[in-house]
Amino acid sequence: MMHIGLFVPCYVDQFYPRVAIATLELLEKLGYRVSVPPDQTCCGQPMANSGYERYSKKTMELFVKNFASYDYIVAPSGSCVYHVRKHYDTLEQTPEVAHIRERTVDICEFLVNHCDKALPESNFPYRVGLHQSCHGQRGLRFGKSSEVVAEPFSIVRQLLESVEGIELVDLQRADECCGFGGTFAIAEEAVSVKMGKDRVQDHILNGAQVITGTDMSCLMHMEGIIRRRQLPLRVMHVSEILNHTHQHEPSS
Amino acid sequence: MSHPHKAQEFIANENRVNWHDKSLWHVREKRDKAVNLFPEWEQLREKASQIKSHTLSRLDEYLEEFEKNAIANGVKVHWASDAIEHNDIVLSIFREHGVQRIVKSKSMLTEECHLNPFLEKHGIEVIDSDLGERIVQLAKEPPSHIVMPAIHKKRMEIDELFQKHLHTPPSHGDENILTAAAREHLRQKFMKADAALTGVNFGIAETGDFVVCTNEGNADMGVHLAPVQISSMGIEKLIPRYEDLGVFTRLLARSATGQHITTYTSQFRKPRAGTEMHLILVDNGRTVQLGREKYRRSLHCIRCGACMNTCPVYRRSGGHSYQSVIPGPIGSILSPGRDMKKYSSLPFASSLCGSCSDVCPVKINIHEQLYFWRQDITQATNEEPAKKISMKMTGWLFTKPKWFRKAGKFGRKALAKLPRWMVYNSMNVWGKHRELPEPPKESFQEWYQKNRKNNG
Ligand code: SF4
Repeated sequence: MMHIGLFVPCYVDQFYPRVAIATLELLEKLGYRVSVPPDQTCCGQPMANSGYERYSKKTMELFVKNFASYDYIVAPSGSCVYHVRKHYDTLEQTPEVAHIRERTVDICEFLVNHCDKALPESNFPYRVGLHQSCHGQRGLRFGKSSEVVAEPFSIVRQLLESVEGIELVDLQRADECCGFGGTFAIAEEAVSVKMGKDRVQDHILNGAQVITGTDMSCLMHMEGIIRRRQLPLRVMHVSEILNHTHQHEPSS
Repeated sequence: MSHPHKAQEFIANENRVNWHDKSLWHVREKRDKAVNLFPEWEQLREKASQIKSHTLSRLDEYLEEFEKNAIANGVKVHWASDAIEHNDIVLSIFREHGVQRIVKSKSMLTEECHLNPFLEKHGIEVIDSDLGERIVQLAKEPPSHIVMPAIHKKRMEIDELFQKHLHTPPSHGDENILTAAAREHLRQKFMKADAALTGVNFGIAETGDFVVCTNEGNADMGVHLAPVQISSMGIEKLIPRYEDLGVFTRLLARSATGQHITTYTSQFRKPRAGTEMHLILVDNGRTVQLGREKYRRSLHCIRCGACMNTCPVYRRSGGHSYQSVIPGPIGSILSPGRDMKKYSSLPFASSLCGSCSDVCPVKINIHEQLYFWRQDITQATNEEPAKKISMKMTGWLFTKPKWFRKAGKFGRKALAKLPRWMVYNSMNVWGKHRELPEPPKESFQEWYQKNRKNNG
């Protein structure tokens, strides 16, 4: 039987356990055997994107050690997955590293591209704005990006559309960056916050009650702005919506 | 001053930022409309990228072919290894012809060489003849965008500039009045110019032709009137064959402004009778960049400006925040190649969203090169020691799972218990305009140990 290793990114582990729980429950409902390696920490992206890839090497090696034995490594985070697939090219390309780079997938990708079972039923009667995080959107091609000329598609939208009662709102700028960008959020605080404010505003103007996405880090950034400004919006990871079966207020 | 500081200054005026963002997004939308009418757009991008890669792989041969053909056409060809040589060549041509006044059109390269102040120092009057260029020239500012140099200026500001310098009556920012005033003013300058200077969009090796694309026709106007024409061309502007030109003109106009074709695509081959046509081929760092494999593709750039219009950081920080002749995403990968220390903050002025790479008509992997520059810059410069130490420590912590969990638990507890002023102080950059996430009682791993212990 397929054995899945659940990768829970460092900040999700510490700040958003509910997202990891939802992802785990989803996979369990589908009948997969899922393990959570206890020694996992981080994929190494924070250092690497800040220009210190060399200080993330050992972190990346630990990731490989933790996850090399699984058939798939599933994570609720497009950007970490992108980092593993894209930037683990700087490690020695052992069979383990090659396996990891091939089999580390985002939960949405897994559900659409690698899982042949029917999704568990979910119900979410709210107006939802989809934030297409850049690393998933343009890095892993979860959907056609607005710059490219091609047939439109979006695996995340496809998943959300299967949820009962959901109403997906259209945005003015479908796939504009929210301005998180890892340490960019600190190094370029002013630009980052302005981008985040504009992004949140687009969702509000179009009547969203909830912003969802595949990357909790983007959502964390926007949530920070939403809470500071006390705006009538919640953020929820796509896994939480797919795993949502009760008809109560979306909780954060 | 680094990019974040300049950006912060620009962002302080939120109305202006919103207006700037909308103006550029509007151009991005026009671009989207135009390219979506073009089913084979992606194939064309691929083709252009291949032509550029191929040309760069044999740049020396094509340059020689180009030179030979241009000379045969009667063009005087010069070579400049850097900006100083370029400017000296221009000056010596002007001296030879007793040139006092010149009109210039469409040249980021002469900006790059800082030609204007150089010529002015030598007593030559330089008039930038493209409207946007002229506006920033009057304002004594550098261009803030490579295609729309005065995009940061509001109409009322232009009105004031014209009142001051061209003595026009107040027009309340009426576009027609302003354009007419500029036209009248420039016409005088065209009539009196002793020489005309232009940039070059494409040089064609096969024929020795060179091509200048403009929307206002000022390049032609200058060249047709003046007895001496000088065109400055970066050596990477070369394309092999005449038939390649269509690939690029189709991509350029659509990407730049959403037009199907630029209004004037002027092809120059030989001088008119009784006039001289000079062409200066400029290196100025390009062969160095060519030698850097990771960054070579940055030389594909056809200067359409699309990456600036799409860049969410550029739109909110303004072109001047980059403090480089070429701003925006492409500038951020070109500039560190010239001066890594001076431009060290530019590759970090990006969220790495990748929109620039997807919009680029010649498929430059801009966001990947930004990532490479980040690695190279932190290796080569010793700036920001605090960041270096914190990154080293973070890297270490992530290799010690037990410590990581302890630190996390401690941090969450502290965050929940500390009074607000201790969490939200000047050290906490995140918290200036954002809340931190609310710390949960237990981490996922803690939850998992309790609830799924026997699993796996
Ligand atoms: S990098 Fe690409 S998008 Fe940017 S100006 Fe150059 S050609 Fe245009």
